[in-house]
Amino acid sequence: MAFTSPPAEKTEMMERAAVRGRSLWDDARARLLRNRAAVASLVLLGILTFLAFIGPLLWVHDSSFIYRDRVQIPPGLENWHLFGTDAQGRDLLARTLVGLRMSLMVGVVATAVSLVIGVIWGATAGFIGGRVDQLMMRIVDVLYSLPFIFFVIILMVVFGRNIILIFVAIGAVEWLTMARIVRGQTIALKGMEFVEAARAAGVSQFSIIRRHIVPNVLGPVVVYVTLTIPAVILAESFLSFLGLGVQEPLTSLGNLISNGARDMEVAPWTLIVPALTMMLTLFCFNFIGDGLRDAIDPKDR
Amino acid sequence: MLSYLARRLLVAIPTILVIITVAFFMMRAAPGGPFDLERPMPEEIRQNVMAAYGMDQPIWKQYVDYMAGIARFDLGPSLKFRDKTVADIIAEGFPVSATIGALSISLAVFVGTIMGSIAALRQNSAADYTVVGISTIGIVIPPFVMGPILALLVGLHWGLLPTGGLDPRYGMTVERLILPVITLALPQIAIISRLMRASMIEVLRSNYVRTAKAKGLPAASVIVRHALRSAVLPLVSYLGPAAAALLTGSIVIEQVFQLPGIGRQFVQAALQRDYTVVMGVVILYASLIIILNLIADLLYAALNPKVKYD
Repeated sequence: MAFTSPPAEKTEMMERAAVRGRSLWDDARARLLRNRAAVASLVLLGILTFLAFIGPLLWVHDSSFIYRDRVQIPPGLENWHLFGTDAQGRDLLARTLVGLRMSLMVGVVATAVSLVIGVIWGATAGFIGGRVDQLMMRIVDVLYSLPFIFFVIILMVVFGRNIILIFVAIGAVEWLTMARIVRGQTIALKGMEFVEAARAAGVSQFSIIRRHIVPNVLGPVVVYVTLTIPAVILAESFLSFLGLGVQEPLTSLGNLISNGARDMEVAPWTLIVPALTMMLTLFCFNFIGDGLRDAIDPKDR
Repeated sequence: MLSYLARRLLVAIPTILVIITVAFFMMRAAPGGPFDLERPMPEEIRQNVMAAYGMDQPIWKQYVDYMAGIARFDLGPSLKFRDKTVADIIAEGFPVSATIGALSISLAVFVGTIMGSIAALRQNSAADYTVVGISTIGIVIPPFVMGPILALLVGLHWGLLPTGGLDPRYGMTVERLILPVITLALPQIAIISRLMRASMIEVLRSNYVRTAKAKGLPAASVIVRHALRSAVLPLVSYLGPAAAALLTGSIVIEQVFQLPGIGRQFVQAALQRDYTVVMGVVILYASLIIILNLIADLLYAALNPKVKYD
């Protein structure tokens, strides 16, 4: 990667150079904003997020209220069941919004967990190197060959099914790739001329990490984060589909899809509405991720 | 080459051992046991049953015994199915999962490679956008959405194909396999065609492809003999982990189409604390991943003259 290093000897000059170095991010932002698919996805995702968090508070129907006489009503304007009702007689629009909120929360929180573990693990291994690196990466390899679902099932039964655990369990599985990316980047950067130059100029270890390593590792990490969030949403939905994820009365998109798949012969909308919502959300994340990758890694254009 | 192979296999043994150990103790740490029924059995019988399976021993003794069994390639009896061993259960379920997995990955590689190459050759054309669109759709529609929709449309609505259920007595028939295989293959087609497209675009810009064209080789031969060969490299390293995940059977596919595969048995076993079956499937899965990754690496070296293992 062609990041220029501050060719400076005095600290204040380096500070200035480093500040100017942030134009990389300005460049990236400009490139991202030129990408129409990514911008449209950002806007759409913003709307979806807003609806998921504010919508349930404003909508006329409560997501868990059961209308006993309105079971599996098809979508329509009657009684404001715009997307119909489910097999228990609950408003599907309200449930989909609440489910979307849960899926987004799982996506963000679990990704944050994986980010913290992965970055610390990968950066440590890459920076220390040698035997420690070998051992730490060996552990990652071993964890890679454990079946993911096995991990999660065990975690679920050991600690009982609760939401926090789902966050942690999925995050704890997804950190492996993050650790590999960060380690690879750290090792590559350690050997770069500008890092050596900084070291030769007498910059402290901590400043090197803060000024040179972290900003440069950040690019791939940000891209990977945007691609991890949809992966996590999918993982949670997969668990919910098997009945291992979020439990009633809470719900997630996976949960709704699972219920919808059961009733699809009589009430296809209970499958289609949450499935379309999930597809839209995943579409957005994927386009944003692709856009970010093109924007941050100029090599790929 | 041979010493590389030997070294890889040598590293694989401790890896497997660590995996078995971690899995063993994690499984045992879970509350509940295989003999916790809804109607509890009398304490004496319970004691006897536990003793019969060696589960009255201290945990380290059980671990040593289990490892001794593994060394003899004995995975032990199932704790839930009284007259079946773990090997029996794997022998029943694995062929189903493996067939579906192998067919899916073959289909995915075939279709994905062609789609990706066409998109790369006609970059920014309508064909390219179609491929990118299809692959994006493949990535955002997970199997547990695609499966029910296909079953609903093709199976129930149009009545073209049976929606599921493999009766072991009749074996696997083609029409029963079509929907599960397609459902499982679609996300892989998406990923593979993306990989192929990206690497093909890069290879087509490389100097040696230009040289081959300049020599006056026909376009088809440039693509097939020169470009394709190095363009499939990223695909090859992706195939190891992908194939392992598919072979052990997508649990979702088996659930949606009611197939008696290993993935479904695994989830059932874990929920019912059938320790030995869970362990057996974990060992199978871990071994497959290691072997398939090794094969992928060797294939990679065989295709890439820049990589030499020794």
